[in-house]
Amino acid sequence: MTLTPTAATPAAPTRVRPASLRRRRTVGLVVGVVALLLAVLASLAFGARVVGWQDVVAGVLHPDTSQIAQAAVQSRVARTVLGLLVGAALGVGGAVLQGLTRNPLADPGLLGISSGASLAVVLGIMLLGLSTLTQYVWLAFAGAALTSLLVYAIGSLGREGATPLKLALAGAATTAALSSAISMVLLSRTDVLDTFRFWQVGSLGRASLAEIGQLAPFLVAGAVLAVGSARGMDAIALGDDVAVGLGQRVGLVRAAGGVAAVLLCGTAVAAAGPIGFVGLVVPHLARVLTGPGHRWLLPYSAVLGASLLLAADVVGRVVARPQEVEVGIVTAVLGAPVFIAIIRRHKVREL
Amino acid sequence: MTALLGARAAGGTPAATGAVVARGRRARTRRRRTVVAVLSLLVAALVVVTLCVGERVYTPLEVLRVLLGEQVPGASFNVGVLRAPRVLTGALVGVAFGTAGAVFQTMLRNALASPDIIGVSAGSSAAAVVAITMFGLSGPALSAVAVVVGLAVAVVIYALSWRGGVHGARLVLIGIAVGAMLQSVIAYAMTRAGIYDANEALRWLTGSLNSAFWATVGPLAGSLALLVPTLLVLARRLPALQLGDDAAAGLGVAPDRSRLALLVVAVATIAVATAATGPIAFVAFLSGPIAHRLLRGTGRLLVPAGLVGAVLVLGADLVGQHLLPARFPVGVVTGVLGAPYLLWLLARTNRSGGSL
Repeated sequence: MTLTPTAATPAAPTRVRPASLRRRRTVGLVVGVVALLLAVLASLAFGARVVGWQDVVAGVLHPDTSQIAQAAVQSRVARTVLGLLVGAALGVGGAVLQGLTRNPLADPGLLGISSGASLAVVLGIMLLGLSTLTQYVWLAFAGAALTSLLVYAIGSLGREGATPLKLALAGAATTAALSSAISMVLLSRTDVLDTFRFWQVGSLGRASLAEIGQLAPFLVAGAVLAVGSARGMDAIALGDDVAVGLGQRVGLVRAAGGVAAVLLCGTAVAAAGPIGFVGLVVPHLARVLTGPGHRWLLPYSAVLGASLLLAADVVGRVVARPQEVEVGIVTAVLGAPVFIAIIRRHKVREL
Repeated sequence: MTALLGARAAGGTPAATGAVVARGRRARTRRRRTVVAVLSLLVAALVVVTLCVGERVYTPLEVLRVLLGEQVPGASFNVGVLRAPRVLTGALVGVAFGTAGAVFQTMLRNALASPDIIGVSAGSSAAAVVAITMFGLSGPALSAVAVVVGLAVAVVIYALSWRGGVHGARLVLIGIAVGAMLQSVIAYAMTRAGIYDANEALRWLTGSLNSAFWATVGPLAGSLALLVPTLLVLARRLPALQLGDDAAAGLGVAPDRSRLALLVVAVATIAVATAATGPIAFVAFLSGPIAHRLLRGTGRLLVPAGLVGAVLVLGADLVGQHLLPARFPVGVVTGVLGAPYLLWLLARTNRSGGSL
């Protein structure tokens, strides 16, 4: 598995002729953008109160907050923007992780990166009394970076390197270890539990536009680094030796990609809490449209990630009206079956 | 094995080789007996200490008198009503987690494939948290729900990883996915609960012996008295299964049927124990590898693993109750002790590429 690049990209697209691949990319772009627009509209229109499209337009452009419909739209703008950013970040972050580790099962949640960020945030809430998003961010970064290094180091020991099975187990085991540390904190401090249990399920409903603005630079930096290392990751997909032969500085690409993944995933976790499976599923969908090249894969993953997360958020708002199911729960319930399908499609030897 | 090869390489006659094999077997048996004896003594010692020590310390003699049915003022209540069911539950649950965990690890040929990591315990936990926070269940009803759902989830995991036979790696990965899904169910239930229910659910999720009374010990002991011996009998097929499916079939062990039987009984054991105390973190995971290291290699692992489990639970409960500034449930102590060992073991097994 680790040595065969085709295995990381499910079957068909790799053997497609260039012309048809181009057509597929164009169609994919149209589909992706339309899906994104629909998701944005739905995210603005649906909720405890369903709003007509005139009110959506008016509510965004020149809101008249005396009208309850437009006020509702206005209140949904922040969460829609956050959904766009977090979804795109998770999509790109997942694609980068899968590319760097040559592992079709890489996902920030499954690899334990989110739980590292969670533990850091819990400690922050407990020891420093933190309560705002921008304060969480730095801790989440630190936690995410340390944990991803640890999981990758543990998972890649041994002869075969970082196989998907070993990485997934290392991630699950690290998550288990970290969550017992988290519960030790929570059991002794009920006040921390009361803050944390709401942060712990990924949700888009907590940020204001101003706070989101403060997170944007991190996301931009992560995206730039990710796109910058796209060519290098294409070469890495052929194996490290080939990549070196092609003139890529493998260590540099790995470092840049790793920093990009940590920035993207860490910011997403800090802003919305741990949201699983988006980073896993989106790159697989995108790869069907683009083929394995990362310069195409990354932007498509961003678009699809944003659409998927917004759609999941809308589903969560609609199914339990007037309450809502947090988006992190919707993505887990929708995403786990996709994960299982991926596992069932691969041959066991590859895992 | 190396001794055997050495004898062959030295050009030893079959008789000499046989002598070497016999000597090795005797040494292993001796080691296993010693380990089992020492572990049993340790369990007994921990039981006595747990019964004696507490807010009020009693002498072993007083404890013995209580156990023999005498009325001792104070001690009869403290030891007979409070501490005895707690220590019994701890020992039973420890044995259950230890044995069943070792079965999983051996069967799936991976030390990390213990039930708490691959989502089997998560089924019981999710059911219990939902039952506590949304339906206000407690006592026997809660246990029943946890057992039934735990079994159902395990069957689903098994069915999903079926593709013309079950392969260990696929089972592990699908278990992780199902576990992740269940974790989000738990998280959802936690946000919907009042803070007191949430605290109760978290305590339960961590694993605690606080809800052990005589009324709960009976059903637990009864079910485990049935399940654990069954597991020990079924586990005789494990060595054949470890050789691979074809070899196992050649040795007269039907691989898929044996695996299913082992899985069902092991999951039932885990679920019954989880229903009693919650999933005490890492006991199922740690017992097998520790027993394996004590035995220094091959050998039937289950009995030592069960004893190690009991030692872990009782020892951790003592630490959590008396040695820390605040009283922590046993699962927190095993979790904090277990986590570093887990990471170390993870690194070590990966490096050697070996199974348990």
